[in-house]
Amino acid sequence: MQEKVREPGSEFKWVGTRPDRPDGADKVTGRARFGADLAMAGQIVGKVLRSPHPHARIRSIDTIAAEKLAGVKAVVTAKDFKDQPSEFIPAGEMMINYRDVVRSVMAREKALYEGHPIAAVAATSTAIAKQALKLIKVDYEVLPHVIDVVEAMQPGAPLLDEGMFTAGVEPAPKTPSNVAKRVEFVLGDVAAGFKQADVVVERSFTTKPVHQGYIEPHACIASVSEDGQADLWVTTQGHWIVRAHCARLLGWDISKIRVTASEIGGGFGGKTVVYLEPVALALAKKAGRPVKMVMTREEVFRASGPTSGAHVRVKIGARKDGRIVAAEAELKYQAGAFPGSPVQPGAMCAYAPYDLENVKVVGYDVVTNRPKVAAYRAPGGPISEFAVESVIDEIAGKIGMDPIELRLKNAAKQGTKAAYGPKFGPIGMIATLEAAKAHAHWRTPLGKNQGRGVASGFWFNIGGETAVSLSLNEDGTLALTAGTPDIGGLRASLCMMAAEELGVPMDKIRVAIGDTNSLGYNFLTGGSRSTFSSGMATVEAAREVIKESCKRAAKLWELPEDAVEYKDGAVRPAGPNAGKHNPMTLKEIAGIAGKTGGPIAGYSRINAAGAAPSLATHVCDVEVDPETGRVWVVRYTAIQDAG
Amino acid sequence: MAKHHVTATVNGDAVEFLCETEETLLDCLRDQLGLIGTKEGCSTGDCGACSVTVDGRLVCSCLMLGVEANGKSVATIEGMAQGDVLHPLQRKFIEHAALQCGICTPGFLVAAKSLLEKSPNPSETEVRYWLAGNLCRCTGYDKIVRAVLDAAAEMRGA
Repeated sequence: MQEKVREPGSEFKWVGTRPDRPDGADKVTGRARFGADLAMAGQIVGKVLRSPHPHARIRSIDTIAAEKLAGVKAVVTAKDFKDQPSEFIPAGEMMINYRDVVRSVMAREKALYEGHPIAAVAATSTAIAKQALKLIKVDYEVLPHVIDVVEAMQPGAPLLDEGMFTAGVEPAPKTPSNVAKRVEFVLGDVAAGFKQADVVVERSFTTKPVHQGYIEPHACIASVSEDGQADLWVTTQGHWIVRAHCARLLGWDISKIRVTASEIGGGFGGKTVVYLEPVALALAKKAGRPVKMVMTREEVFRASGPTSGAHVRVKIGARKDGRIVAAEAELKYQAGAFPGSPVQPGAMCAYAPYDLENVKVVGYDVVTNRPKVAAYRAPGGPISEFAVESVIDEIAGKIGMDPIELRLKNAAKQGTKAAYGPKFGPIGMIATLEAAKAHAHWRTPLGKNQGRGVASGFWFNIGGETAVSLSLNEDGTLALTAGTPDIGGLRASLCMMAAEELGVPMDKIRVAIGDTNSLGYNFLTGGSRSTFSSGMATVEAAREVIKESCKRAAKLWELPEDAVEYKDGAVRPAGPNAGKHNPMTLKEIAGIAGKTGGPIAGYSRINAAGAAPSLATHVCDVEVDPETGRVWVVRYTAIQDAG
Repeated sequence: MAKHHVTATVNGDAVEFLCETEETLLDCLRDQLGLIGTKEGCSTGDCGACSVTVDGRLVCSCLMLGVEANGKSVATIEGMAQGDVLHPLQRKFIEHAALQCGICTPGFLVAAKSLLEKSPNPSETEVRYWLAGNLCRCTGYDKIVRAVLDAAAEMRGA
């Protein structure tokens, strides 16, 4: 039997325990259905033709031969998607622009990276679809390309978009460049600060465009009826987002598209955008058959967004007593083919763990001939923080101070004004540092060829639009429906919260992620928001069920509503004048639901507010083999202020 | 070209299917036999999500052709539970929360079962080496290794 851990003295019965996850049995038996696991009657296969060139003007695309091939049911190109005006909208922790999304889904004027979709076909078999791709003739004018962020910023670098003039620069530049945007966060006067410094360390860092590497490739299946009603089954972090993007790109009413989120085989931020989905819908409509599209691993790496590769320069000045007197950072983040790298959050996070007087962070959002980046685990944060924390450790070494002490001397706390604007509420930066200092790890002697690093970090976290429903079934059990895809245990968390509120065992609640027709708008799973927001909505929905149950019992007992209360899974008379009535369990309440007013259900629709930032301090020991250069982690301690 | 007629045993049942020459065993399991528990993560034998056993030998079904299964006995995740009783490994994976998104889980379970058939009392190192061909991006490997060791102990009656 598994351990059911509960903190001694906990006020909770279910929250804080470790029950079997509701999705466990399906996932260990192969029953769980992921993006590529659904089959529809009459389905055909969709495949994408991708650019072999990192940068090329598309003079023409000839699809006639492909269309004529036996077994080919539909071919689409950029012509099948209406062009979109430039308009930025929030998408998780990133912003997107439909002008770019429509070009990302299908290249229009130019192919901007090797792997950029040029056309797509739907055919009766994979072999025929692949053969059809070979029959599509594309006339490319191959252009010089640039994939390095620093080179892309140089004058004379190949331009991805001749109409791109750097935003955030005064006066506005007169010549186009690959720099989409410049951001700046300034506090105090860094030049004056550096004059007070006893030690100044300046270093440059290069990071790679690391891919999220979810094991499940992007996959979907789309079906469009003759009357225009469409169904889409897809692996995604946000099916309402997918619906919105697809409706927009296809020019369809949102009501025409119902999206169901499959089980999701990892996302880590990478499944917050659309790639195949609008294409599958367009092909399905043209073909009159369900179209299934699954990326190969090669396609995932060639054509879906990693995090930004970056070049970061950090300069920090400190006094001998450990006080940091000036901190500067310059961040150059690759956006890939279209603007929208996470350089802004990167710039905001860089010095967020610290209470500093003089800070200047400048960031550049730079397009390069690579796939457009996507969110990846606190997008932008690890890149800048890695650079800053490395320099802080070096400063500690130079002034001969313990690196945790140095951080403690500069730690942000409640009331600290962050360089990016806000004043922090209660935060746990100091607590994480004290915990790291007190941990046995910090006192453990290092072995031969071993080294120890410490780093602190910061991330925002978000709330957002959320809807959850909770229905009381006829037998007193419950059906809980949430709309944020369960990427890592959400169903278990929500089930525990509902059980806690209702005072019923967890196994009396069946929890599912609903499709886009089952609930109001739900923003995507990202920014650590789904347990927070859907959890908040679940608690509210449970309280609504309780309130309604009380109302029904009061009606039956002919009592005013305030003369009944809900306790330990049952409605009971309360107060001196309530009289004697046997408590009614949810089962009994469910039994009288019909004759006291109909079905009982809670439906919570919220824009969850109050998400707190999280801070962390981690300590890591690594060992290097001096002969082979192999490095491995020998000890790692993570201390999180979870907000 | 005409399709190949393949007869094989899958999870103890006699099956037959038609497949193209280039179709992998993974394609055949998923598309011809509807056994979608075996997952495609990479198609290059790197991730282990498509692990099955063929005549008792652990293989990546993405690296084997469907026609090669002719006359062979294939075991997939769908054959692991007996009736409505989970295999100890399956139960221990749930109890140890050795899965998160679950996409790699069938591959890990098939690989772990194959290990325990050969080595009922594996060391932690042995488990880690045996499962080195299976990638997990969510939980890390610690809980998986613990679940396998715990299941092995239970199966030995320890």
